[in-house]
Amino acid sequence: MADMGEGGGGHEKGGKKRAKKGSTRVDMTPLVDLAFLLLTFFVLTSTFSKPKIMSLVYPAKPKEDVKVEEQKINNAITFLISENKIFYYKGEFYGPENTKGKPATQLEETSFGPKGVRMLLADLNKSVLNGKKKLKAKLDSKQIKTDEYLSGIRDLKRADEALKVLIKTDDKAITKNFIDLVDELRIHEIGVIAPVDILPSEQELLNAKLK
Amino acid sequence: MAKIKAPKASPTIDMTPMVDLAFLLVTFFMLSANFRSDEPVQVDTPSSIADAEIPKNVILITVDKEGRVLYGFTGGQEARKNLLIKMADKYKVKFNKTQLEEFSILPSFGCSIQQLPEYLEMESEERKHLKTSIPMDSTNNQLKDWIYFGNIEGLASGKVKFEEAVNKNPETEMNEYKPKFILKVDGKALYEHAKNVIEIFRDLDLNNLNFVTSLEGGGEKH
Repeated sequence: MADMGEGGGGHEKGGKKRAKKGSTRVDMTPLVDLAFLLLTFFVLTSTFSKPKIMSLVYPAKPKEDVKVEEQKINNAITFLISENKIFYYKGEFYGPENTKGKPATQLEETSFGPKGVRMLLADLNKSVLNGKKKLKAKLDSKQIKTDEYLSGIRDLKRADEALKVLIKTDDKAITKNFIDLVDELRIHEIGVIAPVDILPSEQELLNAKLK
Repeated sequence: MAKIKAPKASPTIDMTPMVDLAFLLVTFFMLSANFRSDEPVQVDTPSSIADAEIPKNVILITVDKEGRVLYGFTGGQEARKNLLIKMADKYKVKFNKTQLEEFSILPSFGCSIQQLPEYLEMESEERKHLKTSIPMDSTNNQLKDWIYFGNIEGLASGKVKFEEAVNKNPETEMNEYKPKFILKVDGKALYEHAKNVIEIFRDLDLNNLNFVTSLEGGGEKH
């Protein structure tokens, strides 16, 4: 602000009249004020963490007139979520009095922490995880190209020995737990994730466990 | 002895570099900012490792903590107008021009179509106090119609954009322009609420769904 006055000063000494020299300086304080105001505004309003999306394919509803053949799934695990608890059983479900003479299915409890689901999946999905490690080593040493690596992983996930996961929830399950589980499955390269409806007999077992 | 005069410092500082920097930052933030859309409900999404970004053409169903269901469609203003016209036609609800314009810029809403004209007249602050949801029971399944017509409009507007893009780059894939179905569910909401919505999608044979999650570390921890 002090600058502004200088140029306009009117006390010339001596007779010679000089052309008034306008100051080249402009007071920038208001400009800076505005700039910082805008800066603050944009810093505060902009969102840094953009939301991401996690895709999940649900099984198609069976058409009424088309009969779906019962698929034999080997190496499957079923997770059951209720409230903050998570249970699982391996393989197919057998009721207490099944015709096949198999022992009745028992639910095992696990947890969302690193020692629960994570360890379980790392163990059960070994074939895929080890296969991925080998592929990754090959990729790093440039024996295979990126697209070969990706298709290799895809084949691994589809293989018979890859773990297939079914997720069943009851009416008390919380979304966060469901998403956490799916996230954990993604981390462990599970190819087949099927969120399906809970069977009444499973619900009974679950209720018994929750008591 | 000559007196040592303290050099008189000028009270003005050259601010040009500072202004340069300030404007550089302003420009950066202005261009990179994508504003938090003014949603009528607050939703805390769970975190995951997923890193896919939200596409442009989506049908977004928001489910909040209490199980309120909101609907949003981002297929473009024209598509949104067409959607409302179709829905108004089906449910015999009348909308005027200003309400139609308002709907074309509405991020998401949570009320029945009968209440919608009134809802569109409200201020965004008022909307936040509402506790209504989109009806989705079997006798009055409006959500299903919203999704059904939204999908049709999304496909139509996506097709136009796809044809434009294909002229520039023939290798563009149609799939990128198709509407995607996104569920934004609060982490604390019962999964049952989300499941009811998912069942509607599955009834319409739309099985490829997406959950909105925040990036791991950014969200809430256990």
